[in-house]
Amino acid sequence: MTAKALRCFVGIVEREWLRFLSQRGRFFASLVRPLVWLVIFGTGLRTMVDLSATPPYGAGVGYEDYIVPGLVGLVLLFNGMQTALSMVFDREMGSMKVLLVSPLPRWYLLACRLMAGVIVALPQVYAFLACAWLWGVRPPLSGYLYALPAVVLAGLMLGAVGLLLSSLVEQLENFAGVMNFVIFPVFFASTALYPLSRLGEASAVLAEVARFNPFSHAVELVRFALYGRLDTTALVATIAMTVVAMTLAAWRYDSGRILRRQLGAH
Amino acid sequence: MTALEIRDVSHSYRKPALRGVSFSIEPGDFVLLLGLNGAGKTTLFSLIAGLLGLQQGSIRVLGHEAGRSAALAGCGFVFQQSALDLDLTVAQSLSYHAALHGLSRGAARVRIEQELERFGLGSRLHELVRTLSGGQRRRVEIARALLHRPRLLLLDEATVGLDVPSRRAIVQRVRAACTEEGVTALWATHLPDEVEPGDRTIVLHEGQVRDDRRDIAAASLPDYFARLAS
Repeated sequence: MTAKALRCFVGIVEREWLRFLSQRGRFFASLVRPLVWLVIFGTGLRTMVDLSATPPYGAGVGYEDYIVPGLVGLVLLFNGMQTALSMVFDREMGSMKVLLVSPLPRWYLLACRLMAGVIVALPQVYAFLACAWLWGVRPPLSGYLYALPAVVLAGLMLGAVGLLLSSLVEQLENFAGVMNFVIFPVFFASTALYPLSRLGEASAVLAEVARFNPFSHAVELVRFALYGRLDTTALVATIAMTVVAMTLAAWRYDSGRILRRQLGAH
Repeated sequence: MTALEIRDVSHSYRKPALRGVSFSIEPGDFVLLLGLNGAGKTTLFSLIAGLLGLQQGSIRVLGHEAGRSAALAGCGFVFQQSALDLDLTVAQSLSYHAALHGLSRGAARVRIEQELERFGLGSRLHELVRTLSGGQRRRVEIARALLHRPRLLLLDEATVGLDVPSRRAIVQRVRAACTEEGVTALWATHLPDEVEPGDRTIVLHEGQVRDDRRDIAAASLPDYFARLAS
């Protein structure tokens, strides 16, 4: 990496970090959301969901232990959508042009922006894991370290999907609807809250949807990593989805389609 | 080598926005691109910046194809729509731009202070952009565009909505950059009073170049546009 490219990366990360710090409510909102799930839903469903023989857990795993990786995924999912929202906002406010006229390839600029979004998500994820630890969800300590690359990869995938969405949504006002349309179906139709085996017993169709849902793979990657194990299928699926979404997003931003639409409306 | 060479450029959305536009600009020149709203100025700037793909014709910026890294590295842009982060300080906002152009922190700090001093904004360095007036924000944007020492400066309606002192400060700084630092400037505007005697003025109307000369008198331009519009 050249010094200029590295300087550009650091500049983009700094900007995202400063913007994150200026939005203090965003950090607390990102914590409250999964904590509500953990404390209220986790407690309520503790005795209702049988999790015996669900890898990577041993016998006697609690429901709260099971949903924590899914809730990490939820934090990353919201963060990815936040990145997308800020891309749409930048486009509407004009600051996207400042980024796009810098003398580095657009795919690289978008990749920097994507990575910056993930870096901003990391303290949110680990703050949630710390709260979960206090609530009694205690994976092995080494798991927190093993989970780091999995969280980064999952964050990249969800951020890349967010970037792609931002290139498809024309107006800021439309984005809130799109976020709800994406976040809740993706979260509920996944293995975040229930294991695939339990889903299959209730609905074969829903189980198949969850099996192919990329969010499920991101969650499983984090889940296995938290217990020091690697889910190869989840790893491959997460990388593949990241590459596909990022390639499509870069193509759409590079081809000038988004600005053509804006200018053409004048 | 010409600073900017535009040949037979046409561009359409649902209807034509530019039709066979051709002109070139020599290094160090200050050129006004004058046209009413909707004349095609912003479309032309977006093509020069590589923000839109060329449909027809060619654009070479500092000897490079428009939109290429080498072309963008030598350009400074001020867009019609203000593009500053309101929640960052002036210093943070300019540092971000410096980083996008690969300037080291030390070099960026020196240049930011220099440029802001020239605009009389040295004391506002650590204030949030949202606390600045419209004219001050625009001056920060010009300072930003000059930060990486561009050879070609492209300004799209840079003074719209500003009071006379702010407009004068911005125009003077850009003219000084041309005469003292050898910067080439293409200044798009719909305000005829920004034309000074001897300025090369390119008149763009309904996507076509209607005039290109140095002896257009500012006072005659309102009538000129009225004739074009009719």
